[in-house]
Amino acid sequence: MKRREFLTVPVKSLGGLLLYTIAGEPVRLPAQVKDQENGKVKIPLLFFTEAEARAVQAACARIVPSDASGPGATEANVIVYIDRQLAGPWGRDKYRYTKGPWVESVAEHGYQGKENPQQIYRAGIPKLGEDFGTAPAAEQDKRLRAVEKTTFFRLLRTHTLEGMFSDPLHGGNAGLIGWQLIGYPGPLMSYRDEIDKYHGMPFTAKPKSLEQVTGRRIKGWEEQS
Amino acid sequence: MKSLKPVDVVIAGGGWTGLLMAKEITSRTSLSVVVLERGPARKSSDYSTGMDELDYAVRLRMMQNLSEETLTHRHNGRASAVPVRQYGSFQPGTGTGGAGEHWGALSFRFGPDVFQLGSHIREKHGEAKLPPNVAAQDWGLTYDDLEPDYWRAEQMMGVCGKAGNLKGVKIEGGNPFEGPRSHEYPLPPHKTTYVTSLFRKACVDLGHHPYPAPTATASQTYRNPDGVTRSGCLYCGYCTRFGCMIGAKSQPTNTLMPLLVNKKNFTLRNGCQVRRVIHRDGRAEALTYMDASGEEIEQPARIVILGSWTLNNTRLLLMSKIGEPYDPSTGKGTLGRNLTHQVSANVRFFLDKPLNNFMGSGGLGFGIDDFDGDNAFDPAAGLLRGGTMRVTSTGEGPLAGFGRTPPGETESEWGAEWKKAALKWYDKSSSVAFEGGHFPYRQNCLDLDPTYTDKFGDPLIRLTLDWTDHERAQTDMAIKAGSAIARAMGGKVGETRGVGARYSVTYYQSTHVQGGTIVGASPERSVLNPWLQHWEMPNLWMTGGSTFPQSGSGNPTLTIIAMTYRAADALIDRYMKHPDKLL
Repeated sequence: MKRREFLTVPVKSLGGLLLYTIAGEPVRLPAQVKDQENGKVKIPLLFFTEAEARAVQAACARIVPSDASGPGATEANVIVYIDRQLAGPWGRDKYRYTKGPWVESVAEHGYQGKENPQQIYRAGIPKLGEDFGTAPAAEQDKRLRAVEKTTFFRLLRTHTLEGMFSDPLHGGNAGLIGWQLIGYPGPLMSYRDEIDKYHGMPFTAKPKSLEQVTGRRIKGWEEQS
Repeated sequence: MKSLKPVDVVIAGGGWTGLLMAKEITSRTSLSVVVLERGPARKSSDYSTGMDELDYAVRLRMMQNLSEETLTHRHNGRASAVPVRQYGSFQPGTGTGGAGEHWGALSFRFGPDVFQLGSHIREKHGEAKLPPNVAAQDWGLTYDDLEPDYWRAEQMMGVCGKAGNLKGVKIEGGNPFEGPRSHEYPLPPHKTTYVTSLFRKACVDLGHHPYPAPTATASQTYRNPDGVTRSGCLYCGYCTRFGCMIGAKSQPTNTLMPLLVNKKNFTLRNGCQVRRVIHRDGRAEALTYMDASGEEIEQPARIVILGSWTLNNTRLLLMSKIGEPYDPSTGKGTLGRNLTHQVSANVRFFLDKPLNNFMGSGGLGFGIDDFDGDNAFDPAAGLLRGGTMRVTSTGEGPLAGFGRTPPGETESEWGAEWKKAALKWYDKSSSVAFEGGHFPYRQNCLDLDPTYTDKFGDPLIRLTLDWTDHERAQTDMAIKAGSAIARAMGGKVGETRGVGARYSVTYYQSTHVQGGTIVGASPERSVLNPWLQHWEMPNLWMTGGSTFPQSGSGNPTLTIIAMTYRAADALIDRYMKHPDKLL
């Protein structure tokens, strides 16, 4: 078994008060902070090494940066989302047809590669350079541009957005910060009274997660197989 | 192999058609019915906490697990096929209810000419004007034959809509191009959203004839003739690719299972993958299947019904060696011919106001048939027939919706500039969607793949399928007409998508794959007679999209269900009086 890896992040970089650990347990940040030195949170990693997580986290922060237009991938805790997805059955291709022979085909047949998402990340991260996490933003952008057509980058971009805007039960969208950013109210049970009234104007409500809406603990698919 | 005690009827597939057959047979006769469903048991209450876009709409949690079984595709008979390794152009379901659980519930009737498409286009245009290799043929039944069954299907599911043609009288506000209906819809249309009301108005201004899209999600509390009550839609938007959390969307688990669960002569076995029809001397004798524990079992029965999804129905006959496989080079054989999909196009447009796209229901919206069927005839463009167009508010989550920007707004697909543009345009776009009837062609067909296998080592089904100039003409027309409507709505037209140069499995088009075991008037050109009974094996019946000689313009589910009612009547009222005879 591999050594347990942790990603240490400053508390103030994370959005909201409610954080989901990689084990899927909701944790109130202030309580956890007490156990940490200097207001830092140690997040246990399920798939990435700490070095890999730092590089991926830095890349996500360039894909959806934190800037004047609002919080980004860092505050949403996207890295936890990606780590959990990769560690789960989807990351190991449990739902993809993986019998050979493996042949190259036309673009209309989609990804025909043998590598699963875990392997794509593991091979893709080193291409960003060993110092990627600490490189200046302009340099990071330059290196990402160089790989932006690769399967690895396409996955990384998709995952960053999933980690921003999926329900927090999957580990990202910390404190519902992604949904606050775009004004999405979450999986509310009913718009029966609103659907024909809010015409041409936004319906806004303080976002709620699926667990908040249903009052039940809900496990993501990644935790179930 | 373990052989079980014989039953009267064994059915492969626990989706809409298998369970409807089971419901009709067990409620009208004392025959014992066993349904074999490969996927897990599902019930309506499973969905009360399933409103999670990632697991259901992105990871496709309710669909068939492709690692166990997929299909292969090639563009023509000279190429070798490759497996569809991850989901793309269509999404078969699994588990109790099948794809009828995660469907969007759009419930169109096919136009009367679809049932006589072969003779219709030959009379209208002459053989010489038809696209090369068109294999359109008549169903051996007419719209009028099927109308009472359409009406039963609409009542069973509680379809909402507005009639445009009641017994030949045209009605304002409905679809004037539809076939005559014997009754108004069981339920009134849904509420409208901003974008669907804009579409409706623009269509009226342009002289088109918008009608509320027909949908089997109840617009208000509804009790069907079987006594099953469902509540009205709450427009939560977790609809297509989801099971309905409150049971407003008609699904086999909430519309049929309540009638079946307590029936003594009904048994549903989940986790049971049917692999072969056992037959001898022109008679089906049993289905063999692998159960959840991996044991191979034989279930003998007097009547065998195959009610699995389109491709599986065809595959089961091919693997069981029932009927003559179709050979596209000679045109001989009937099994696997007339494979069709649906011709889809999309015109994205942007508006300057937020749309609240997260509210909605799988079939909420307006459509027009002003460009459907013969209405689209344009010989200069090489176009014989068109399709139906609509704007819907199906419930779009942030994963699907975030990142859409008008052309020229941003060069990158990531980074600060892109993020700013994506935020500015989030929830401000929708699309005009087109679904056209797909002509069957001699070259598009199904057979068994010689190389790739499923988890049991059985060959995968192989699709030989590509688009022709006619489908490109259909989607060129749709993009032109859809763009004009979008502009009339005050929209800025963004990305448009037609069928393109070649068939692609990489993006979702629709789960409306049809053909392979088609109905027809003669055994030379079809697998099933017009009652869905196998021409060569009178105690073998088949239901579902595999029976369609060609696709209609709209979604096929309502027609699939109407055809199942028709087959159930034929089987119960006529066949059972003279078993083992061809009707």
